[in-house]
Parts: sequence; structure tokens; C-alpha cells
Amino acid sequence: MTPIRVLVAKPGLDGHDRGAKVIARALRDAGMEVIYTGLRQTPEMIVEAALQEDVQVVGLSILSGAHVTLVPRIMALMEEEGLNEVAVVVGGIIPESDIDTLLAAGVRGVFGPGTRTDEVVAFVRQAVESSSADA
Amino acid sequence: MTQVENDPQGSQEILAAMHPHTGRAHIVGITGSPGSGKSTLVARLTRVFRERGHRVGIVAVDPSSPFSGGAVLGDRIRSRDLAGDDGVFFRSAASRASLGGLSAATADHISLLDACGYDRICVETVGAGQSEVEIAQHAHTTVVLQVPDAGDHVQTLKAGILEIADILVVNKSDLPGADSTAAMLRAMLEVGGESGDGEEAAWNVPVLRTDARAGIGVDEVVDAIEDHVAYLRASGRLRCQEFSRAEQRLESALASALLHRLLSVVGEARVAAAADAIVSREIDAHSAAGELIAHMDVLRGTPPTHHVTEA
Repeated sequence: MTPIRVLVAKPGLDGHDRGAKVIARALRDAGMEVIYTGLRQTPEMIVEAALQEDVQVVGLSILSGAHVTLVPRIMALMEEEGLNEVAVVVGGIIPESDIDTLLAAGVRGVFGPGTRTDEVVAFVRQAVESSSADA
Repeated sequence: MTQVENDPQGSQEILAAMHPHTGRAHIVGITGSPGSGKSTLVARLTRVFRERGHRVGIVAVDPSSPFSGGAVLGDRIRSRDLAGDDGVFFRSAASRASLGGLSAATADHISLLDACGYDRICVETVGAGQSEVEIAQHAHTTVVLQVPDAGDHVQTLKAGILEIADILVVNKSDLPGADSTAAMLRAMLEVGGESGDGEEAAWNVPVLRTDARAGIGVDEVVDAIEDHVAYLRASGRLRCQEFSRAEQRLESALASALLHRLLSVVGEARVAAAADAIVSREIDAHSAAGELIAHMDVLRGTPPTHHVTEA
């Protein structure tokens, strides 16, 4: 079973990375390979990394409220680069009212504060399985 | 790159097609203990290589967990300054089941980057420390990082990564002890004295100091790397390195192909039975291997020398 490769990135100026690190560690403990790119990533940097690292999943951690502008930009760039098969999940502080917008933009799942790590792990696995089933 | 990592057996066609296009890149290995600044130095070296007109490929290996099999690949984080430059390709790799500081796919990753025109390839090892010498087999030039005050004189006498260095770098030169660490390393090289294989024009391993985070001393490291490239070509050592690398890759490819052949002819059940016999002390591993090979020969028909006589 080859390990799932996941990119974990914090786009924008948000400096709170504890959540992203907790997720990175949880995914590692679940047998996945996490490319952790850290803070202050631009959408272009995230997509470039997703391309070079050929990841199956991109996890975006956003606590700044900037998801409304950042996520659609990232999704558009992913499509431009032919990365439609890559599952994008978003975690952080996302108001309920924005969740549908993100899902409509192609995000597979949105995880707010208090989400259990095993939930995220299971979701990621499932997302990868269904991507490869469709491929 | 993903395919060669996940399915080496199935990637033979790609690798065969790529092979004629390899051989132009100069491969630089960067190793040293965890926290010695490898990733930061690689990012800085890459910038300088780019300024000098090279296209740079980077393979950065991080350790896989022996428990979960997962990994956090965190070397890319130091390279944010390189983002958006299409003359740089950064690939993170987990060591997976490999020991020795690299991953099983590293040689193939290097070949792919080489074939795609990246003419300087930096390979950053896991960084577990003293016994990570595998990098010397893959790289033309091996750069070993030390941090100030990491051990006393006896450390420098011990075998291991200090022996494989073509270039020694004391990083974090802003820390106290940088001068004495550099002096200690120079003294170690002097004690070593003769190169041992009787070469006339031996390479003098330079001991350099850098503060990679601040970007100090990096140009000198690149200069030393380029000097080493020139030395390898002029002295003919490049050819020797290439030959021994080819021998190793051939052996490794043979070992894996032959094992595969044996398993398909003899069958996994037979091999499992042999393992049982080893556990119950009926036979030792070497003898069991011999028997399996003999069995394979039998199943594939009698050897040519016996053909005529056994009618």
C-alpha cells in the first residue's frame, strides 16, 4: 500500500500554525506522507508545490477569514494546472454560511475547530479512494 | 517521479527511455546531523546556482516513521524564496523502508531530473548522522555539514560521514565554537595525510564556514563545488565514479530482477516453506537460498552443459 501524499499549507498572512501541525502529525501517524510547507504561502506557491510533489490531497489551514478570496483562487489555479483529481480540504475558522460556497468551488470537505483528527484522517483516505475509483 | 517511487518494476520503460538523456547533471549530496542546516543551505546554494545560469533539481529526503510508515517532509519549507522559478524543481521524498539516509527511489529521481535538463542536482539526506554514507555513492560531490561544538577530537577520528566529505562546511558560524570546530576539522584532515590510494593529484578537502540563514559563505561553497567538478574531470576520477556507480546500479537491478524471476518460477509458497524451515532450524538461510536456486534451475530445464549427455 503506497503512502498517500498530502500537502499541508497555510495560505495568506495567517500566522497560527498549531492546527496545521497537529493535522500534519496525525496524518503522519496514520501512515501518510505530509509535505508541510508552512506559513505565508501564496496560491501560486501552493499549486506549484502540489504539482512538483504530485500529491493526492491538499489541506489548507486558514484561520484568518481570508478563505473567501484565497480558496477560489487556489481552486482556479489547480484547474489550470490539470490538478482536478487532487482532493482539496480546508480547515480552520470557516463560518457556516461560507461552507457551501467552498464546497461549490470544488473543496471536498471543510473542518472547523474541534474536529477530531481521526475524522480528518478517515475523510482524507476516503477522498483519495474515491478519486482513484473515478480515475 | 511518483511512478518510479511507487512502482519501480513497472517503471522500467520510462527509465530506459530516459537513460540516454542522463549524464549531464552534476550531483551534489548534502548531509549532516539533524538541525545542521541542510535545507537552508540547499536553498541558498540553489539561488547561487541559478544566478550562475544553472537549472537546479532538488531531492530532499526525510525519515519515514518505523511505526506508522508515514512521514512529515519538511525540507521544502526552507525554500520559499525559490518559489515561482521554473528553473528549480523541488521534490520531497520519504525514506520509506530504506536505511542509509536516502530512499530507494533516489537514484531514479536523480536520473529523471538529469534527463529533464536540471544540470545541478542537490540531494539532501535524512540527516540521521554518522553512518549516512550512502549519499557518497550517488553524488559526484559530497558536502558534509557540521555545527559548531558538535563533539570533540575523538569524534573526528571515527569512521563515517566525515570520511565521505569532499567539502566540509561548518554552518551556523554565528554560534560560538565555529572557529575551533573548523580548526579541529582541518587538523583531522592533516592527520589523515596521505590519500591512501596513491593518487598523485589528490583533492584537498576544504573546510568552509557558512551562516546559511544569513546567506554568508554560500558563494564560497558553490565555488568549491565547481572546483571539485573541474577536478573530477581533469583527474579522470569522474569516469571512475561513473563506472562504480553503474556497477552498483547494475548489481541492484540484477538482484531485484533475479529475485523477481525466482519468485515467479519457484512460487511464494516454496519460499515461505523455506522460511519455516529456517525458523525450525532444519536449514540455515544460505543453504535454503542455494536450494531454492537449484530448484529454479531444475524447473527451468536442465542446464546447457547436460543437454547432450542426458538424452
